[in-house]
Amino acid sequence: MTTTINFANKLQHSRRSFLRVSATAAGGLLVSLYLDFPLAAQEGTQPQPKVYPPDAFVQIKPDGKILIIVNRLEFGQGVQTSLPMILADELDADWSQVIAELAPAADVYKDPLFGIQMVGGSGSIAHSFQQYRELGAKTRAMLVAAAVEQWKVRPDECHTEASVVHGPGGKSATYAELAEGAAKQPVPATVRLKHPSRFRLVGTRVRRLDSRPKCDGSLKFGLDLDLPGMKTALVAHPPVFGGRVKSLDDTAARGVAGVRDVFEIPLVKGRGVAVVADKFWTAKQARDRLKIEWDLSAVEHADTGQLSAKYKELARTPGNVAVSRGDQKAMDAIAPANRMVVEYEFPYLAHAPMEPLNTTIRFDGDRAETWAGSQFQTVDQMAIAEVLGLKPEQVTFYTEMAGGGFGRRAVPDSHVQREAAAIAKRLRGTPVKLVWTREDDVQGGYYRPMHVHRVEIGIGQDGMPAVWRHVIVGQSILRGTPFAAMLVKNGVDETAVEGTADTHYNIPNFHVSAHHPAVNVPVLWWRSVGHTHNAFVMETLIDELATRAKADPIAYRRRLLKDEAGKLHRPLDLMDEKSAAWRTKLPKGHALGVSCHESFGTGVACAADVSIENKRPKIHRVTIAVDPGIAVNPLTIESQFQAGVAFGISQLMAKGAITLKDGRVEQRNFDGYTPPYIIDAPVAVDVHIVPSSEAPAGCGEPPVPVISPAVVNALARLTGKRYRSLPLVSI
Amino acid sequence: METYQLTVNGQPKEVAVDPSTPLLWVLREELKMTGTKYGCGIAACGACTVHLGAVATRSCVVPVSLVGKRPIVTIEAMAEDPVGRAVQDAWVSHDVVQCGYCQSGQIMSAVALLKSTPRPTEANIEESMGGNLCRCGTYVRIRAAIKAASQQLK
Repeated sequence: MTTTINFANKLQHSRRSFLRVSATAAGGLLVSLYLDFPLAAQEGTQPQPKVYPPDAFVQIKPDGKILIIVNRLEFGQGVQTSLPMILADELDADWSQVIAELAPAADVYKDPLFGIQMVGGSGSIAHSFQQYRELGAKTRAMLVAAAVEQWKVRPDECHTEASVVHGPGGKSATYAELAEGAAKQPVPATVRLKHPSRFRLVGTRVRRLDSRPKCDGSLKFGLDLDLPGMKTALVAHPPVFGGRVKSLDDTAARGVAGVRDVFEIPLVKGRGVAVVADKFWTAKQARDRLKIEWDLSAVEHADTGQLSAKYKELARTPGNVAVSRGDQKAMDAIAPANRMVVEYEFPYLAHAPMEPLNTTIRFDGDRAETWAGSQFQTVDQMAIAEVLGLKPEQVTFYTEMAGGGFGRRAVPDSHVQREAAAIAKRLRGTPVKLVWTREDDVQGGYYRPMHVHRVEIGIGQDGMPAVWRHVIVGQSILRGTPFAAMLVKNGVDETAVEGTADTHYNIPNFHVSAHHPAVNVPVLWWRSVGHTHNAFVMETLIDELATRAKADPIAYRRRLLKDEAGKLHRPLDLMDEKSAAWRTKLPKGHALGVSCHESFGTGVACAADVSIENKRPKIHRVTIAVDPGIAVNPLTIESQFQAGVAFGISQLMAKGAITLKDGRVEQRNFDGYTPPYIIDAPVAVDVHIVPSSEAPAGCGEPPVPVISPAVVNALARLTGKRYRSLPLVSI
Repeated sequence: METYQLTVNGQPKEVAVDPSTPLLWVLREELKMTGTKYGCGIAACGACTVHLGAVATRSCVVPVSLVGKRPIVTIEAMAEDPVGRAVQDAWVSHDVVQCGYCQSGQIMSAVALLKSTPRPTEANIEESMGGNLCRCGTYVRIRAAIKAASQQLK
């Protein structure tokens, strides 16, 4: 893997000697795929048929190497391997010769469904499966056409295998040999795709293309970028969101050798002070020496203790209605002994990707170049252009490999890029890398919102929930963003109620509503978004109901799930089968916890073997069964689930909360906000995939929702207590 | 500014920096060796782990002025080290990495473990790897790769 710094130039230079075609590939087929996260397109409209020129995605080089361009950020989820697999499969390419690069920002690389270039909603494979298949098949057809022309044979006399076209009479030619001729062929308007039974790569366990450079230190992330003359910038942010600078004494800061400039900049909310220096450490020393008096008078000082009380009060009355079915008076017929009223509380969570946030910009007056590990290239490019007074096309945007993200690099207001652009504007001609330190990140907002849930349940004679009244209180992630028009309906932010309002459990009288108070804390989607808290509430309550009914937790779920919820029935069956051997022979002091949840089109069932060690849950083993549709790379899916359940444990960590007092975030770094270490994560995770021929859905987010409820359900069996407030401070 | 003579991956290096500069930033910005990563700056995540005098050390909290004569070994030298190479190969064959940002530090900790304890138990692994955060959560595969590397080095 090389960096993408000179990618645009490389593409230009390559055009004469490498395969070059232009194509009209209709994106229409994609519309039929599952989608629960529609963004940029207007509701009800279908994406315009889109031209995907193969030369923007595939280059066949004279040495036989096949470069496949990936239209998304790679930040761990594996698309830099799986999207090339899809294209290479239809192309019949020799996989050992395939290399991959991340695309810069450009129209052609926009998500076919979202209409912007982005990673989110576990949509990478779901939305680009058809697109990459067609690109591969068309490129292959043109290579065959070149051979047909050269050999004077018919297409049906040729076949392809491992980057070679074979013809009658023992004729053969490599793709590299045919590339020039292929480039002169017309692009087929339609192309026949392989029958899935003929896939050679899709469905097989293919190792990542980016492993070696990530293991020897050679892979360059955005933070590793080094350009001639580059400076490093840090920004002092106000201690309360939206604060402004009342007075600034930068004498001591400017006295640090290597400091180049100190100046006030506008923030998305409020104002900050930028320090620009030759090196990171110099910038940090200088920032530490700034004497800033902040004006915090005009902004709300959020306090999570007070918010908790306010949210609990709000939850006592119904909010805006997300779903209402059945008879809302049905509770009156339930005997008081068969009623439950429960309250849950969830804290703010920081994403804390391992690579701290950063963006590098060089502004040259009439154009700019940007290097960033972004999940939101189109949005960030537009924001930078706006700050610099340029058109988006004047901002070249290179996608850098990113060290994690989990949503944190997809920010509707592009606040990091706007800061970087404001600094680059002043440092005209000089590349400046803006770095957010870990402290900036932990304290900088854009958290998973804090939530309170209040649920009233009426239990029927059969032990199943007959009435369910559910109120969810939390800030709207989407209100005030361009995405609100799509995903905020009847005053309900769908990302706040997903996983509850659309539950697959068959509850006859069912009412879900939401309150979205405005709070001066920036919030953002955190891997699996609303499912993080909704799955926890649903799956712990269903478990509690099963216990109360003295039913097996798997059998109870099967009985309560709608028949048509195949994406949960099948994983439950598979999990039941695969966990049976250990589940029924748990050592003393261990307990089983189960859960199941569908998100982003992927159904998951989870069984966890848990004991208590040192007053913390010890997760000895987890069995996962998953139905993602076609499993493009089962190895990636296995890895995503093994690691994704560890990520999910973030919610249970004793120090797994962001809290605010008088407007100030109380945690600063990993000492105060602590993600899971190896000791906290499951020791073993076995992952089983339901065979499927359905369209592929995503696997980036679906691992996260299932694990916390499964672990807590096991703890409840061990202690007899129910855990309704996270983080899990004590057991 | 002070001048320091360092030995990095067997090579003599001279840098002129403020004495408080952490070894991490000397490696990354003065010597342009960016395989060692910045994650937290307070020795809480392990992304910056190097071997300092053969001991796995968080380079983000070691001022260059305190390095002295101790040799510094970084991820960039692991391919030439028999244990380092075995660990890297195990990481690749087990498809350990996801985002990969923490893995330089994970590998440096794993190599230090296997050099001192060639046949580590689960408890040894949890102890030696206990300070290395992987936000993606690749711990299950890290455990497997360490055991595989241990077998390979028999």
